[in-house]
Amino acid sequence: MNDTAQIFDITAIRAEFPILSQKVRDKDLVFLDSAASAQKPRAVIAAMVGAMETQYANIHRGLHWMSERTTEAYELTRDAAARLLNARDRSEIVFVRNSTEAINLVAHSYGRAILKPGQAVVISGMEHHSNIVPWQMLRDSHGIELRVADITDSGELDMAAYEALFADGRVGLVAITHMSNVLGTYTPAGRIAAIAHANGAKVLFDGSQAIVHRRIDVQAIDADFYCFTGHKLYGPTGIGVLWARRELLDAMPPFLGGGEMIASVSYERTTWAEVPHKFEAGTPAIIEGIGLHAAIEFIESVGYPAIAAHEAALTDHALAKLSAIEGITILGRAQDRGGVVSFTLDQAHPHDVATLLDRQGIAVRAGQHCAEPLMRRLGVDGTARASFGIYTTPAEIDALATTLERIREFFA
Amino acid sequence: MFEDVRDLYNAEIIARGRRPRHMTRLAAFDTTARGDNPMCGDRVQVWLKYAADGSIAETGFDARGCDISKASADLMVEAVQNRSPADTRAMFERFRAMAQSGQCPDCAAFAPLKPLAAVHAYPSRVKCATLPWHALMAALEGAKDATSE
Repeated sequence: MNDTAQIFDITAIRAEFPILSQKVRDKDLVFLDSAASAQKPRAVIAAMVGAMETQYANIHRGLHWMSERTTEAYELTRDAAARLLNARDRSEIVFVRNSTEAINLVAHSYGRAILKPGQAVVISGMEHHSNIVPWQMLRDSHGIELRVADITDSGELDMAAYEALFADGRVGLVAITHMSNVLGTYTPAGRIAAIAHANGAKVLFDGSQAIVHRRIDVQAIDADFYCFTGHKLYGPTGIGVLWARRELLDAMPPFLGGGEMIASVSYERTTWAEVPHKFEAGTPAIIEGIGLHAAIEFIESVGYPAIAAHEAALTDHALAKLSAIEGITILGRAQDRGGVVSFTLDQAHPHDVATLLDRQGIAVRAGQHCAEPLMRRLGVDGTARASFGIYTTPAEIDALATTLERIREFFA
Repeated sequence: MFEDVRDLYNAEIIARGRRPRHMTRLAAFDTTARGDNPMCGDRVQVWLKYAADGSIAETGFDARGCDISKASADLMVEAVQNRSPADTRAMFERFRAMAQSGQCPDCAAFAPLKPLAAVHAYPSRVKCATLPWHALMAALEGAKDATSE
């Protein structure tokens, strides 16, 4: 832990996040809810404020200095996102509001235009609702079958069950999380993609959680679609990224119609703009896009190896500390996991746990985590969840563990 | 460590949250409804049996949720006993107002519910306290489901 902290300089990192010095209920804030939404470093805040104070204008259309500067800044985010994902080309980066919109875009456009009724979409048994509901909607409107690859009791994808779903040759698309927001489990993206491709299916990864903790290389894992949201990656809300292979984007029809996404419009016929603008109707989240660039540069400045090492050490520490508490059950025991730990206490309901933690300045999430089917699979009504970020310290995990012991006593 | 939560997590609430007295499914009932809080997973089912004069003769519930929702359901059962549906609706409105504001202008009428008065200081928990009441209102209306969102 100390070695990592020295390389990593956690004090310097924390100093970049003004909110972390806030008091909550007169206590030091212990923010363990980064998987819901991460806090923002100064660089992100400054980039957004700076853009609004010095150069703000609408983009892609103005002929004046302000619009040109802002267009350039916004488009630099596309380059940064392409670099972050190791995309082949910047045109493969489509800006969306969040991962939910990215998945809906694929379901609506690829799902309706390329998938054929009777084909199947495979998801896993540990998806967020955002990667379940769009496919149910496609199933109901387009005659797609929805198949669910079960997870093991340790909270990992059951690879045999996954592979068996392809037996009839009808699977057209796999849409699967790259890291569970409840269990912290990483899914083996490369193997998932290889099996999908061997069976003639494309694969989409929901990287909302994974990209926060680990370097993503869409070419190395051989993905077809990959999406993430800015606000979990220390960036603003309202901006996210859908990456897809250029040939897929070229073949897909637009999702939303309007300004920005057209080549020419007449009352008889409209032609679409080139990829990626074909998928970016309307004035986008300009300031948020500029903020995302700053977030990506922040991540790059720290470096994924240091982030991953820091968070792996934190997660090991948390699992050891929390496991030692009597009456606690930790959900998910995946070998390959990131900084998310869900648990229940025998003595108290997750909501009561979260309320008492909050009174000590400790922020966790409690409930179903937008993953109701997974809760049923785990046999629980909900969990409390502690999730870690770049700024989380071992001392904060110790505070969580100590307070959970007091909560046990309180409800004993 | 937790003295500051004793306003809500008082002895009455904890006792009823841990060991509800009325958490039973009625063998014979006239109406039932379920309350769901989809964001957090809480669920309360309420069963009602009416007396000959139309008042509430008996209420039972089953709950999957936190201490606050269970204790609220348990207190509710006692509070609505022998009341007419109109009285019960009026009581819910007063209870909801108390849960949201902490103010209790007509407290004498429902003293049994006062242990929950502090819930207004916990905004994210108000819906836990009102969920069983939403289920009860749905049962009175003859509806099947309600939410406290």
